[in-house]
Amino acid sequence: MDPMRGSPSPCSSRPPSPRSPVCGEKLSSYVGIEAVLDQLKIKAMKMGFEFNIMVVGQSGLGKSTMVNTLFKSKVWKSSPQGLGGPTPQTLQLQSVTHVIEEKGVKLKLTVTDTPGFGDQINNDKCWDPILGYINEQYERYLQEEILITRQRHIPDTRVHCCVYFVPPTGHCLRPLDIEFLQRLCRAVNVVPVIARADSLTLEEREAFRQRIQHNLKMHRIDVYPQKCFDEEINDKLLNSKIRDRIPFAVVGADREHIVNGRCVLGRKTKWGIVEVENIAHCEFPLLRDLLIRSHLQDLKDITHNVHYENYRVLRLNESHSLPRGPGWVNLSPAPSGCPLLMHKPSKAHRRVQEDSDDD
Amino acid sequence: MAATDIARQVGEGCRTVPLAGHVGFDSLPDQLVNKSVSQGFCFNILCVGETGLGKSTLMDTLFNTKFEGEPATHTQPGVQLRSNTYDLQESNVGLKLTVVSTVGFGDQINKEDSYKPIVEFIDAQFEAYLQEELKIRRVLHTYHDSRIHACLYFIAPTGHSLKSLDLVTMKKLDSKVNIIPIIAKSDAISKSELTKFKIKITSELVSNGVQIYQFPTDDESVAEINGTMNAHLPFAVIGSTEELKIGNKMMKARQYPWGTVQVENEAHCDFVKLREMLIRVNMEDLREQTHTRHYELYRRCKLEEMGFKDTDPDSKPFSLQETYEAKRNEFLGELQKKEEEMRQMFVQRVKEKEAELKEAEKELHEKFDRLKKLHQDEKKKLEDKKKSLDDEVNAFKQRKTAAELLQSQGSQAGGSQTLKRDKEKKNFF
Repeated sequence: MDPMRGSPSPCSSRPPSPRSPVCGEKLSSYVGIEAVLDQLKIKAMKMGFEFNIMVVGQSGLGKSTMVNTLFKSKVWKSSPQGLGGPTPQTLQLQSVTHVIEEKGVKLKLTVTDTPGFGDQINNDKCWDPILGYINEQYERYLQEEILITRQRHIPDTRVHCCVYFVPPTGHCLRPLDIEFLQRLCRAVNVVPVIARADSLTLEEREAFRQRIQHNLKMHRIDVYPQKCFDEEINDKLLNSKIRDRIPFAVVGADREHIVNGRCVLGRKTKWGIVEVENIAHCEFPLLRDLLIRSHLQDLKDITHNVHYENYRVLRLNESHSLPRGPGWVNLSPAPSGCPLLMHKPSKAHRRVQEDSDDD
Repeated sequence: MAATDIARQVGEGCRTVPLAGHVGFDSLPDQLVNKSVSQGFCFNILCVGETGLGKSTLMDTLFNTKFEGEPATHTQPGVQLRSNTYDLQESNVGLKLTVVSTVGFGDQINKEDSYKPIVEFIDAQFEAYLQEELKIRRVLHTYHDSRIHACLYFIAPTGHSLKSLDLVTMKKLDSKVNIIPIIAKSDAISKSELTKFKIKITSELVSNGVQIYQFPTDDESVAEINGTMNAHLPFAVIGSTEELKIGNKMMKARQYPWGTVQVENEAHCDFVKLREMLIRVNMEDLREQTHTRHYELYRRCKLEEMGFKDTDPDSKPFSLQETYEAKRNEFLGELQKKEEEMRQMFVQRVKEKEAELKEAEKELHEKFDRLKKLHQDEKKKLEDKKKSLDDEVNAFKQRKTAAELLQSQGSQAGGSQTLKRDKEKKNFF
């Protein structure tokens, strides 16, 4: 094969004309390569999209309500768990899958909730089941991928985004938060949010945000959007703006009220109505835009190209115990070697214990 | 401690939930498209056809540029493939186009093996992709895909039927690549002959079981146009890069004394249909078919050949890895065995050589002994002879002294007697 002779030969120097109809007499130096974009769109619409999101946080922070507000549908039948029912003794992960459609675009949405996280008295290793679940999804995908006779389209159950709810203490990140974020940001895209932000004033919010950002930087926790994956200038600008505002202070609501004649989603209190979609009140629109309108595909791509590949490298190196070479993509430098996350929780137990001892 | 208890409420498939407002994920296709645009596309075309059928010209005409390359001669000893990659840009879409052409196809006297280099080339591209996919640390999303997405098979415009070389080659290629047969230089055939030719070709392909690429008709937006185009296969095309003034426009055309053939005139040839189908409507489908059908088939065959199976007797978590390990150990074991064998052989040879050398040594010793004995015998003989000679000499000396004594005595007695005696002595002596 000859070496690639990439000669940039511009096909058409004309401004893009709309797809010219098949017409014999019309002269056009237009080849029609950009019609492939339409073909892609048609294919994507036919196949549909998948998105898996996980919400993590202590009970009572409004996770289920937030998910309902994000997707404007009763994804969860949010029943307050504290009242009446006993607090779950073990951390349970619950998944719900829905298909939602908007303007011809089908989205298969899977939401995984984690009731019982951080609710016990001793919360040691409460991140293990979550990590185990995430790795189990990677494992499932890997098994499908290495089959001899593969399916045409491997069902993607990997968690694309994990929204972490930080309780609005107003001070700084708690040790539990830091531990959890440190471990999870290496395995999945984490977006931290300040939950129930209507209990903080705007100044308190800003101060809290600054402190959290400082905490994250100090512990070298790399949350989404990760700086190291910014490729283009446009992406860099956009993402640095987003990084300034992380974590978003959000409020969730699924009831509608009438404000100034408009019907808005909000929380009604004695002293006023907190409008969820009003950017002056809370930053829910920013979160929604980030997750759905602008960065959904990016979340999926980073999960597939970075986190999944990391997991795959780990799994394939297991039996060889090769030293990690330059191809290893490390999102944040681990304190003392990376914790080897295996899909068996018991092993994860032991390894993580070693690391926490080292920490 | 905390056990993982996942309760999945999927509930008879997934239920569709109605939306209460505008969520905003209808921008998803646009997000996807933007990502793809920033990554760029790649498309690989293989042109198979005899020398002089206008492959390079057609590529130039299709993509509106002059790709570099000199025309090939007819004296090639075998079929080779020449591949070039170009970066094309149209508005904001970048396309990495690779054009592979056969050189010397159909020029040899014995064409039995003509298809082999082509099949090997296609397999090599699949192999490269498979290797990349099986690597431990891989970069699939930035990997330059070199698998052939479409194969344009150029049929010579004889007007009668397919050549047997064409049939054989197409039969070998149809399971590996999407074949689009086209009739080249179709300005040599008249309209009526063309229809008969096309019918003959399609019937021959069908009767020989050659599966050419069918444009997909399952999506409503393109089903109609693809359906009609399927009926026009194989396309009769003409390629030309020269532009002539026709009417008041400049068009690509070929000028003959009896008229001008316009390339982009649908009544003259099917070039526009080919361009429409190949690039504007089905490029993505061609790539998808290559990846999901042809590549998967190759991968399955290759992995089964290497001995991997999906189902293991005791379902191990990572059967590929285990099988790989097992094979590796097997291989190492074989290697060791071979080493042993070689070592044994070596030892044996050494032994033999030693034995030989010992024999030779023995012989030499014997010879030496013999010679020594001989020498001794000779020496003895010589000594005996010497002894006898010495004895003779001694005897002679004795007689000589005795004779001299007698002589001296005789000379004292009388002179004449001595004379007499001398005479007698003289006579005596």
